[in-house]
Amino acid sequence: MPPLPDYVPVGIVAIIAVIFSVLVMWLADRLSPRKPKPEKLSTYECGERPEGQAWSQFNVRFYIFALMFVIFDVETVFIFPWAVRLHWFRSMEMGLIIFLEMVIFIAVLLIGLAYAWKKGVLKWV
Amino acid sequence: MTVPGLRDAVAIAPQFLLGGFAMLVLLLDAFFPRIHRRWLTAVTLLGLVAASVPAILELRGKGEPDRVMQNMLQADGYTAFFTLVFLIGGALSVLLSARYLEREGMAEGEYYALLLLTMLGAVVMAASINLLTVFLGLEILSISLYILAGYRAGRDAGDEAALKYFLLGAFASAFFLYGIALVYGASGSLNIEEIRTFLADAPSQGREPGNNLVLLAGIAMLLVGFGFKVAVVPFHVWTPDVYEGAPTSVTAFMSVVAKAAGFAAFLRVMGVGFQDRGVQLHISAVLASIAALTMLVGNVVAVVQPGLKRLLAYSSIAHAGYMLVGVVAVVRPDGGFAMGGGNQSQAMSAVMFYALVYTVSNLGAFGVVMALRRKGQEIRDVADLTGLAARHPWLAAAMTLFLLSLAGLPPTGGFFGKLFLLNALVGMNTPLPWLIVLFALTSVVSFYYYLGVVRAMYLDRPTEEHPEAPDLDMDWNMRIALGLSAVGTVALGLWAGGAFGLAERVTAAMFQSGGGFPAAMR
Repeated sequence: MPPLPDYVPVGIVAIIAVIFSVLVMWLADRLSPRKPKPEKLSTYECGERPEGQAWSQFNVRFYIFALMFVIFDVETVFIFPWAVRLHWFRSMEMGLIIFLEMVIFIAVLLIGLAYAWKKGVLKWV
Repeated sequence: MTVPGLRDAVAIAPQFLLGGFAMLVLLLDAFFPRIHRRWLTAVTLLGLVAASVPAILELRGKGEPDRVMQNMLQADGYTAFFTLVFLIGGALSVLLSARYLEREGMAEGEYYALLLLTMLGAVVMAASINLLTVFLGLEILSISLYILAGYRAGRDAGDEAALKYFLLGAFASAFFLYGIALVYGASGSLNIEEIRTFLADAPSQGREPGNNLVLLAGIAMLLVGFGFKVAVVPFHVWTPDVYEGAPTSVTAFMSVVAKAAGFAAFLRVMGVGFQDRGVQLHISAVLASIAALTMLVGNVVAVVQPGLKRLLAYSSIAHAGYMLVGVVAVVRPDGGFAMGGGNQSQAMSAVMFYALVYTVSNLGAFGVVMALRRKGQEIRDVADLTGLAARHPWLAAAMTLFLLSLAGLPPTGGFFGKLFLLNALVGMNTPLPWLIVLFALTSVVSFYYYLGVVRAMYLDRPTEEHPEAPDLDMDWNMRIALGLSAVGTVALGLWAGGAFGLAERVTAAMFQSGGGFPAAMR
């Protein structure tokens, strides 16, 4: 089977990665000093005193807001390499079509935003 | 490096139109909340008709394959044929859904948009000549269907159906993706043309792809992914629960479009991509046993189902088994008469014809289920149909016609669908006698439960539980859809040769140029 040897380095890297991460966690567990105090054991809330349990119901709106944010966050990730490469495409005289493709992409996302807006997703009641 | 241009846009016009109309429906619904529901139905149908125009033009043309989007998609007769199957299924579903949505109080804007997006995914799958675009289409289709399966919120059965479908579907997608990765690792390409070239060149370089475990494991995982989508045993466990729990209009839609889309991509990837004797020996052996199991389990379990939707669910599993038999005839290495695969293109056409017939007949049967109510509830059991023939003779006659077609009795399209599949199976150089026998036997078993439904409609006396016939709740859209399905079922029987010939012309072109034996010429 010819293709298998190509994967030997991948396998070695995987094994090293597993060993390394387990080793580091084990070392940290062994070497770290332990002097627990109530303040140390409490949940870190940016200096605020934590109140109640974290296992409470969250408003579903947080989720939808986060979703809307992530969509446009990921959009940026796609636009960035496109923007970097656009000059090269222009020099190859393909600038217009590549530009239009991104316009279509953004338009589709904007339609989604308009739909969500109209459906009242962005309104905090 | 070629950049997509106008040629590409024209070649994937159906995809553009389906996606565009999906967004149009969404916006119409969002910006004009008081718009009459009839308009949304009309716009959706308009989108389907618009998307069918380029497909019909492609079928009428010479069928020269058009490879676009950097060899990701191919617009050819094969794509156009399956596009039309999806669009027919989609249009009938839209017509059937209108009254159902109104009655069940389901919002129609998102529903129609998701229906259109599902079809977009299906068309992408059918057009794909690259494993990644197959996956892309599969995901567009699946994610839309996950939402649709749970569309009737707040019902336990519906929520369970959606969650089950989503979890198992996500798992199957993971298998599929892993399979793609392994196939890429073994062959160095995601393009099915290049994979075929790689396999064709392998022996001259002293390699035997049939012994390449990485490649075979990858193909096996692709089979799992496809098998889940088209619901074949042993990847079928989700089917009865999801079909029963999802809204009936969605069940009807997904039972035909998702299945046809799965087979569209399946046939192209397996039939065109992995053209190597050793590899095909393995694939066809596995597929033959899966097909046998599927026909057996689907038909035998359907016999003992009292629930009508569950019965149709198991019958749909059985039909996936029949179509898989056709796929076996496509991939079996000594299946074809000669290089160029006379029998292979026959077998492929048989599956395509079967997908078309199944779409029309199955949607008709589900349509009748959707039109009937008992005490203000959807009908659930076969026994709920008692006395239908006396009260609504036309509807009972239509249901009988659809069931006869599903059972495969003449003069319906279903009969010829099975005939063509058997023909392809017998036409192989080394036929599989046991598979032929099993195909025939399980078809006979299916008569029992299909005719059991007919018996309930025509012969069964009213019982205490069912003192009178079910009520009818139908609008004109539904009547048109049922009428069209009935006409289609009969027409595909009378005009079977024409439809099959069309499929044959399309696939022959695929095996000569587009799908391309000889590999090196393109």
